Amino acid sequence: MIKIRELYFEYPKSDFKLSIPELDIKGGAKAAVIGPSGYGKTTFLNLLSGINTPQEGKIEIDSRNIGSLSDSERRSFRISKIGFVFQNFELVEYLTILDNILLPYRINPLLKLTGDVSSRAVELAEQMGLGDKLKRNVTKLSQGEMQRVAICRALLNEPKLLLADEPTGNLDPKNKEITIQALFDYAEQNESTLVTVTHDHGLLGGFDTVIDLAVYAN
Amino acid sequence: MTDSLYLAWQYILNNKIKTAIMVISVTVIIYLPLGLSILVNQSERQLLNRALSTPVLIGSKGSSLDLVINTLYFEPSEFDTLTMKSVERVDETGLAVPIPMHVRFKARGYPIVGTGLEYFNFRGLELESGSNIAFLGDCVIGFLVSSKLDLNPGDTIISSPETMLDISGVYPLKMNIVGVLKESHSPDDKAIFTDMKTAWVIQGLGHGHEDLSKAADKSVLLNVKDGNYTANAKLYQYNTVSQENVDEFHFHGDQSAFPVTAVIAVPSNEKNKTLLMGRYISAGETSQIVKPEKVIEKLLANIFKIKGFLDSVFVIVAVSTLLLLGLVLMLSLRLRSREVQTMYRLGSSRFKIAELLGFEIGIILVVSLFFSSILLIATMRYVSEFIKVFIV
Repeated sequence: MIKIRELYFEYPKSDFKLSIPELDIKGGAKAAVIGPSGYGKTTFLNLLSGINTPQEGKIEIDSRNIGSLSDSERRSFRISKIGFVFQNFELVEYLTILDNILLPYRINPLLKLTGDVSSRAVELAEQMGLGDKLKRNVTKLSQGEMQRVAICRALLNEPKLLLADEPTGNLDPKNKEITIQALFDYAEQNESTLVTVTHDHGLLGGFDTVIDLAVYAN
Repeated sequence: MTDSLYLAWQYILNNKIKTAIMVISVTVIIYLPLGLSILVNQSERQLLNRALSTPVLIGSKGSSLDLVINTLYFEPSEFDTLTMKSVERVDETGLAVPIPMHVRFKARGYPIVGTGLEYFNFRGLELESGSNIAFLGDCVIGFLVSSKLDLNPGDTIISSPETMLDISGVYPLKMNIVGVLKESHSPDDKAIFTDMKTAWVIQGLGHGHEDLSKAADKSVLLNVKDGNYTANAKLYQYNTVSQENVDEFHFHGDQSAFPVTAVIAVPSNEKNKTLLMGRYISAGETSQIVKPEKVIEKLLANIFKIKGFLDSVFVIVAVSTLLLLGLVLMLSLRLRSREVQTMYRLGSSRFKIAELLGFEIGIILVVSLFFSSILLIATMRYVSEFIKVFIV
């Protein structure tokens, strides 16, 4: 599903460089991305989602080179194919749980907020144990609950590629378990590809592939 | 677009205090210059209308503004008075109808206006209830006096002493209210009208007491000589005029020398007006003749100069306030940079994000415009009353 060839990326006025000659991630695989801090783990996910573009090389996702797309094309691709779970949840403080889950559909004209979408949002929330708190403001939630809201938001558009940046980093062991299992379950049930950045080596056993960026970044 | 509006509304609901402050600031910036303009324009109109309807004023030499303000708006002023001879002088010219005015005293905070019955025709004043002045001691009160003090025909009102320390000065007279005027939306609404003689009685130029030749208590007599009775301070003077004692009221001295504060002259045409004014321009003239509209126009010109300065100050304050609001918005955006980044990473375009932020500003503007409009409508509705009470 993901093919990377001769990828080169650097930030302007920075010593950071990410260089990946060749990397494949099969469709439906569960891949963990590891590496020391500063080695480009978040940058790698940003490149896969089209938020950043490489200076050289190709990133093909389902045979589409997203590096060559325009800003609006990458955005359209990201909206329709990719779900992203961010490192610090990145929920909007002044919105309720339901509104946060539905947020992508409110800010992207390409996505239509229909009754079906709303029902699916409620269903996802119920699966995550948030069904009775939909009208609650997210600032009143625990860390674990906030992460589950972020996961619901990422899964709402039924992405074929699910990216998660340290999804368990701020969670206690119980919530870590719940979160990672939710991601695994989705990937397996929907035959979606999961790429997860993690520092937690205890979780690596559940992944099909481990990508160590220490090999590529300098 | 409705989604952006929804998100903007949610943001505003969750930032009520900040939003309220911004709405109040913008409302003040919008309302203040417009409200002030309405107030100034209405004040100008009301002041000018009153002045335009008064062709000519004659008074003692001195401040023409004081003369106009005292005679037209019944505000107390310190200036020399004329005498009834001035009224006769205008009458003798045959060029105008003279209306004597005596505006000096007050009763319960409202001015007592001594004048003639022709004043009511001149101002187009009509009675709401009761009848017009017929006897000494009668008064007719304006609409506001009646409503504020809850006074009606049959009630009485006592004039206020000018000073509590001068025992030889004016003493209170209890006047009989015989009529209430219809509302005229002019300073006449807050006046108490009497005839000239009643005004002179209040001033102490006339009084009433028992017939000294029939006095029951002889100790009030100071001297009796050749049929002339002189009383001492023990003599009780009536402080109200009634049917029983009205004949006991009398004046000492030549009434043509009694004071008037001004004379309103109503010429029959412009030519007579000009001729009348010409009679008062000689070098030794001790009176002044003014056109109230000219005096008020000059006053308004000065007021507008001040208003122009205030407008400039306001513009500076408004610009500063807007700059501060802009700074608040910028700082707010900086605080929300993470939220903006999240939306961008979730696939939102920069245009969509700008639309969302634009709606937030738009809601504040619309709400501010709404409140400004309410305030402006209220201003237009109540400005006349406000001017009547606080300005004119």
